[in-house]
Amino acid sequence: MAAIDFKDDSAIVIIGSGAGGGTLAHELTGRGIKVVLLEAGQRQSLDSFSQVPGEAFTQLTWLDPRTQSGDWGVARDFPTLPVWHAKTVGGTTVHWTASAPRLRPWELRARTTYGNLPGTSLIDWPIAYDELEKYYKIAELRMGVTRRNDMPGLPASNNFKVMYAGAKKLGYKQVHTGHMAINSVISDGRGYCIQQGFCVQGCKMGAKWSTLYTEIPDAEETGNLDLRIESTATRIEHNPGGRVNAVVYRDRQGKEQRQKARLVCVAGNAIETARLLLLSESAKYPHGLANSSDQVGRNYCHQITGFVWGIFDKPVYSWRGATLAGVVEDEVVNQPQRGFVGGYRIELLALDLPTLPLVGLPYGWGRDFASIIDNYRNLAGLFINGEDLPRPGNRITLNPNVKDAFGLPVANVHVDEHANDRAMRKHAQGQMSKMYEAIGAKRVVVGPVPPATHNLCTARMSADPRDGVTNAWGQTHDVKNLFISDGSALTTPGAANPTLTIVALALRQAEYIDRQMKAGEV
Amino acid sequence: MTRFPDRQPPDRQSPDRQTLDRRQFLKTTGWLTGCVAAGSSLALIAPAPARAWAIDLVVLTSAEGATLMAVARTIAPHDRLEDAAYALVVQAIDAEAAKDEKIRKVVRAGAAALGSDFAKGDESARVGALKKIESSEFFKVLRLKTLQVLYATPMAYACFGYEGEAFSKGGYLSRGFNDLRWLAEVPLEDSGPVPS
Repeated sequence: MAAIDFKDDSAIVIIGSGAGGGTLAHELTGRGIKVVLLEAGQRQSLDSFSQVPGEAFTQLTWLDPRTQSGDWGVARDFPTLPVWHAKTVGGTTVHWTASAPRLRPWELRARTTYGNLPGTSLIDWPIAYDELEKYYKIAELRMGVTRRNDMPGLPASNNFKVMYAGAKKLGYKQVHTGHMAINSVISDGRGYCIQQGFCVQGCKMGAKWSTLYTEIPDAEETGNLDLRIESTATRIEHNPGGRVNAVVYRDRQGKEQRQKARLVCVAGNAIETARLLLLSESAKYPHGLANSSDQVGRNYCHQITGFVWGIFDKPVYSWRGATLAGVVEDEVVNQPQRGFVGGYRIELLALDLPTLPLVGLPYGWGRDFASIIDNYRNLAGLFINGEDLPRPGNRITLNPNVKDAFGLPVANVHVDEHANDRAMRKHAQGQMSKMYEAIGAKRVVVGPVPPATHNLCTARMSADPRDGVTNAWGQTHDVKNLFISDGSALTTPGAANPTLTIVALALRQAEYIDRQMKAGEV
Repeated sequence: MTRFPDRQPPDRQSPDRQTLDRRQFLKTTGWLTGCVAAGSSLALIAPAPARAWAIDLVVLTSAEGATLMAVARTIAPHDRLEDAAYALVVQAIDAEAAKDEKIRKVVRAGAAALGSDFAKGDESARVGALKKIESSEFFKVLRLKTLQVLYATPMAYACFGYEGEAFSKGGYLSRGFNDLRWLAEVPLEDSGPVPS
């Protein structure tokens, strides 16, 4: 591992070590480029992952304060936790459930496909699907995605058998154990899935792809990576000409440090990425970095989510097995006659016993509430993953009334759902309920919308600089040597779980940065 | 590339039974005690000598503890679940009240308002009393703490059949992840090979 001097201005500084930042660090260091990788969290390992659900949540989750507003259910049901992402080396790839589907070609043309819908800020992606597909293929090989290349599908779990039977009764055709970045066979120097059901707590087998034990150690092996843990970026600085030239951060002692940089890549998850750009306001950039369009933090998307549980006469033991290894893809279509635009996936889901009543069940108490948990053995679970629509008012802003440990304003997350979002969720809940009822569920329980795990689009790619924050390579329109390297850069969310797309874009961005550096452009 | 292709869980043969940490039950302003009923979920997991349990309270009185325990059972009524599990909820509230004066005041005032008769009332009376205070800070604290603590107890795991972490036992790969037989099997093309 390299030790890069604070004053060394030849290094690239990457902020965040998750799907985007971790992958980018590997790609750049592999090309001989020196990288300082700042990660706010600690470094865990397969052995240090806690298997006590409450402890694991605390060990991995970003728990610094945030506020929220708007009419979405999360503000009512989870007032202190609008979003659920990780603060640890490897970022959200440590706690993700590893579903790795591709976006569909028409999803990249959202504005063209869905039309000019009132109350939205839809635009098309500045990348054609064929271009993105090249990088999807590399990402799928790299991550070992099942049902792609030579990686077999994961075997069906009990929970999936229930899902499958219900889906087939309804006539769904595209039902399988998913495109999962989880080894079904030994590959990439990692073992296969042993069906623990503890994906979210950190996979102690290392069968699930995470930058923590793939991209980051590989980057360290190049000798070009300086990973600094417990290092929280607070500001990106620029020179008089407007190019960024340093990142200010707090180290593990809380001491302020300043790392010089040739180029900066921000990958702190869509909430913190937008917040950091806004915090980096200056006389030259009074509305924050890369924000001449006033689009930083706007168009926040989080995908349509929600739980549906089926209670049966016989045991399911839903917790046994890979948490999310199952999908129905028939609803990933744009059929406005359903009452909404865009598509959704029906995905398998189980929650461990301690987490189920806290996150998975609608508000309640007393006999009726308890009776659901009495049936925990016989419970099967499903989850929605659908496309929500960007809205200019759904945005991340700085809340001057609440400060973090360093005295800086925290992020406020504001979401007012579009009628399309509500219509899609209702349709999905209806279909999922029908799936369970078709195979004899005694009862179907529709759960709440949990804290958002897919935080996207707050610094989106746009062909027209007025519509977004970056160009088609995640390079900000305003500042040539400032890049966005996480889900913030997605133009629209689509209905695919976003990690594969984030990784594909990071692979593509690394090539571009390398080319631009060699050409002396950045 | 060297990662960990041969990584094995520590012991594929370790028993399924969880063991209770006895110190959790024998750690003083008040205390809660009880006995483990034979054949109960707790009897399944408690080591033989630990048939009686006692929980010391740091700031709450025994009477307050008894009231809160009844509140927890009314919020999450499971007939098959031991008092000992609900006592752990009270212990967690007591610990929080010891650290946080605001919580202490809320909990004490709430318990006092319900009165010592609350715990003696039948379930419908208790539900009625709690419905009246459902929007209060006291109820919110009690509801959240009950849900947070109760279902994370070893007693709840045993009662509801939850088997918990599996890495130490080799995952569920050879322990029933696909043993459901009341529905048709999934064709291989939509599933995948079971590693062996």
